[in-house]
Amino acid sequence: MDIIVCLKQNVDMKQIRIKRDTREAVIEGLPLLFGDMDRNALEEAVKLKEKAGSGKVVALAMGSAKLKDTIKDALAGGADEAVILIDPLFNTLSSTGKAKVLAKAIQKIGKFDVLMVGEGSTDNYSGQVGPRLAEILDLPALTYVRQMEFTGGKMKATRNMEESFEVVEAALPVLAAVTSGINEPRIPSLMQILKAARKPLQEWNAAALGLTAADFAQNETEVLSNLAPVEQRKKIIYEGKIDENITSLVDSLIKEGVLRG
Amino acid sequence: MTNILIYCDIDEGAFELLSWGKKVKDSLHATISAVLLGKGAKGKAADYFAYGADKVYWSEQAALTDFYADVYADALFQIANTNDHDIVLIGSTRRGKELAARLAQKMQAGCITDAGGIELKGQDLVVHRYTLGGNTLSSEVLKTAKKVISVLPKSFEKGPKSAGQGEAVEVSLTLKEPKTKIVEKKGKAGDAVSLEDAQTLVCIGRGLNKKEDLPLVETLAKTLNAEIGCTRPLSHEWQWLSEQREVGLSGKKCKPRLCVELGISGQIQHTVGIRDSKVIVAVNKDKTAPIFEMVDYGIVGDIYEVVPKLSEKLKTV
Repeated sequence: MDIIVCLKQNVDMKQIRIKRDTREAVIEGLPLLFGDMDRNALEEAVKLKEKAGSGKVVALAMGSAKLKDTIKDALAGGADEAVILIDPLFNTLSSTGKAKVLAKAIQKIGKFDVLMVGEGSTDNYSGQVGPRLAEILDLPALTYVRQMEFTGGKMKATRNMEESFEVVEAALPVLAAVTSGINEPRIPSLMQILKAARKPLQEWNAAALGLTAADFAQNETEVLSNLAPVEQRKKIIYEGKIDENITSLVDSLIKEGVLRG
Repeated sequence: MTNILIYCDIDEGAFELLSWGKKVKDSLHATISAVLLGKGAKGKAADYFAYGADKVYWSEQAALTDFYADVYADALFQIANTNDHDIVLIGSTRRGKELAARLAQKMQAGCITDAGGIELKGQDLVVHRYTLGGNTLSSEVLKTAKKVISVLPKSFEKGPKSAGQGEAVEVSLTLKEPKTKIVEKKGKAGDAVSLEDAQTLVCIGRGLNKKEDLPLVETLAKTLNAEIGCTRPLSHEWQWLSEQREVGLSGKKCKPRLCVELGISGQIQHTVGIRDSKVIVAVNKDKTAPIFEMVDYGIVGDIYEVVPKLSEKLKTV
């Protein structure tokens, strides 16, 4: 089973700091990682391949020059080879642009049985790229996948919807967007990390995909501001004697008028 | 003239979007239309008019009986296209969010998903959404000619029903077979809790050692007449509580008068969901936990010691 997994490189969201004066997020210099659900997608791809007994998993990612390092996580995590897409033109793409670039790269990679993505990225959780790829590449799409298996010549997936688990099937090739909870991504051994360095890695730019600046002419969204919301909280912290503190807290809550009524 | 098209797979969500549309349509010189698809579509039109739709496009074609995102996107595309709608608002349920992205691709539209609000700035729609994992709140304007925006449920208040009247238009759509097939639907265990509507919320996090200790939290919640919410590990990794109770970026966004955070460190992925609470209280044994940066009142202490005492004290109030 041949599987392509799309991964998005992001800074570690948990390490973001907010400048007190401007409320801006500081992201410079933070470690770069693939998204949590992207790692679930990779793990599921490796499992599907292992179960099928043959095939290969290609990791596909777009990002900054540092992607050459980040991609090693995917190769150590079980991908057999990788394609990285790096070009200044790719730096500020909207979901439309990202889907366009990824679709070109997927077509260039060639035949596949499953195209895996995470349901959303750790930064914006927009969830647009998967459905857009399904439209561009005219693929059946299994989204919100909590569980999947290849059985009876079809991919069968359990979708985690609000009110129900929906079991859906589709013929290959298929796109699958997985949610967290589908698996626990493996922690690579030292041996796997060392082997990752020797796995095939290709780097493509816009020209290699037949794309030029004209393909991304439109600036789709204008960001007016992007700041951390102001926290206007009292921050009254009680330490020490618990009984007294509880009394003080309850008195305060009564004064706030937030108990019953 | 701007023509806004509204769709949500949950009627309540559509009513919220319509109520918003009704409020802004004069400023935008806009018409507000809605789409109803599948069995019983026609019969719902009257309610949609009552919440502000000028027009309802409906179809009960057999191909629309089950929700398939590829087929529904095609249906909405045909309706938007033939009737000159440049702005489509979709309820950002799971189905709606996927639908929005597909529709945007078909319409060659710019798209913002999971919007938490929309403001008018002149004729522009300024869309608010969380970015950077919930760390920041972004205000964005789509510059494309066609726009698709999916709006999270409860972002707009449902307005009063009025004796609205409108035009119901049956549409005849050319639809393909879906590319996937639903073979089974398994209902989820009935936890019909609606955390978004809770006036008081008690949230529990990793500070709880084991599922058997949940009564600690339940007693406090009962005393406060509160609903119980939790962080993602409790609902997803350990499944001690239902997914309906996850509060945060990937769960519910709540606006209670009082939110009590128990054994929660305060990672942004969770706190995004409680940020709009009127008063926030936290109990955590770690004095340096980030949660104390965003509370009104905090008690540094072990939840196993503090919570029973707090419950007892509250019973006397």
